[in-house]
Amino acid sequence: MQAFAAHFIFELRVGIRNKSLLFMNYLFPLSFYLMMGFIMPGINPAFREALVPGMVAFAILAATLLGMPDPLVNARESGIFRSYKINGVPAVSLIFMPAMTTIMHLAVVTGIIVATAPLLFDAPLPTHWGYFGLITLLLAYACAGLAVLIGVVAPNSRMTVLYAQALFLPSMLIGGVMLPYAMLPETAAIFAQFLPVTHAMNAFNGLAMGGAADFSPVWSLIALFVVGQLAFGLAWYLFSWDGRHTEQ
Amino acid sequence: MRAPDSGVLRVGGVDPAREQRQLRNRIGVQLQSAGMPASITPDEAMRLFCAYRAVAPRYDLLDRFGLDSKRSTQFQQLSTGQQRRLALALAAAHEPQVLFLDEPTAGLDVASRVELHDLMRELQSNGTTIILATHDMAEAEEMADQVAILLGGQLVAMGTPLEITATGAGLTKVSVHTRETTLLTNHHTFPAVSQRLVKEDYVVFFSADIGPTVAALIEYVSANGDELLDLRVERPSLEDRFLELTTKN
Repeated sequence: MQAFAAHFIFELRVGIRNKSLLFMNYLFPLSFYLMMGFIMPGINPAFREALVPGMVAFAILAATLLGMPDPLVNARESGIFRSYKINGVPAVSLIFMPAMTTIMHLAVVTGIIVATAPLLFDAPLPTHWGYFGLITLLLAYACAGLAVLIGVVAPNSRMTVLYAQALFLPSMLIGGVMLPYAMLPETAAIFAQFLPVTHAMNAFNGLAMGGAADFSPVWSLIALFVVGQLAFGLAWYLFSWDGRHTEQ
Repeated sequence: MRAPDSGVLRVGGVDPAREQRQLRNRIGVQLQSAGMPASITPDEAMRLFCAYRAVAPRYDLLDRFGLDSKRSTQFQQLSTGQQRRLALALAAAHEPQVLFLDEPTAGLDVASRVELHDLMRELQSNGTTIILATHDMAEAEEMADQVAILLGGQLVAMGTPLEITATGAGLTKVSVHTRETTLLTNHHTFPAVSQRLVKEDYVVFFSADIGPTVAALIEYVSANGDELLDLRVERPSLEDRFLELTTKN
């Protein structure tokens, strides 16, 4: 337990020391939130209703899908994992620790968005805080799992970017963050069902923000949990300590 | 640890195939490239890895290994020598019975190399068995009690440095430098000498029996009115033996 605590504190510090992680965890989502908050309600007043869940979802997508995989690939390819292995660090720590610390950073960003959105943009706050916290956590869990899975399977940094963008861009375009699910064409709506963020936005609307869900929000919660479980399970199964050896 | 082809393998009394957890506590490993997170500091690395090994952090080792002023410096800002010393301190922090060092001095300057050798001797004198993998035969000859030469994954020679060099062709190098050019110009034959070559002002003889060779050389130089300026006798080095083995295999 002491070892996990020491590792957690170290990883938490890395998230602030490492400039690209600092950018992905804080600067990018918060800058995007401010930009969207100032611009979008003027163009589309209804966007204000979804500002808090939408920007929290965006922060999660950016910090996990864009921020987490590359350090994992670099650590594997540069022999850092091997050093960890020979010094007694278990694989489970290497898989879960970045996810846990990213979720901690996301909690701070979520706190900033929730605290400032009503004041700066007159955005409504969640009506059910418990559901809001649960959905945020489940989306972070699912996306962190997918991010770790990308980090485990991507052979190099270039492929990492490709895999991450293959999830991030559709999530942004048709996942309900920028455009409500109900407005999507039928084909896009079917495809959107495969994106965790679609289920998170649906659950936010139906359970946390006092609005109407487009489909069962309970199933959305289950879907997020299952995606997280499967992604972490697969990442654990496929994890390799370095680029040459594959045994755990 | 790979599975042995045959026989029984024990490391510190532990079966590596069956008792991996116990094995990890009994061995320390320093890899040639010390891959560490770029922003980790020596203090953090010591705290983290000692926590996973369930031992108290050995900050004293960082001081002893010359990292006292660098304990809060990020890994990426340490010199190669300091990174190697940190890796060695981390590998030794849980006081392993057996320490595996993979080319620990490769790419280091002379001073860092000497420092690292001193640290290795210190660990050795404290009872740690060190398995040193190196391509530097001079280092192996200087540091090792027992040397094993591996070629293509096969063990081709094993023993003390003296034993290994003694089992070769056994030719001793006798280098002679005289005031005049008696030995340089005359190709006289000396007892037990199988090969002769000229290197700068020296004539180098390879002898299978240095007693008669040296006696005959001194007598020959004196008899020809020349004067001996320098005479060096060098037993075959581990490097010579290694080259002999690699050529043969």
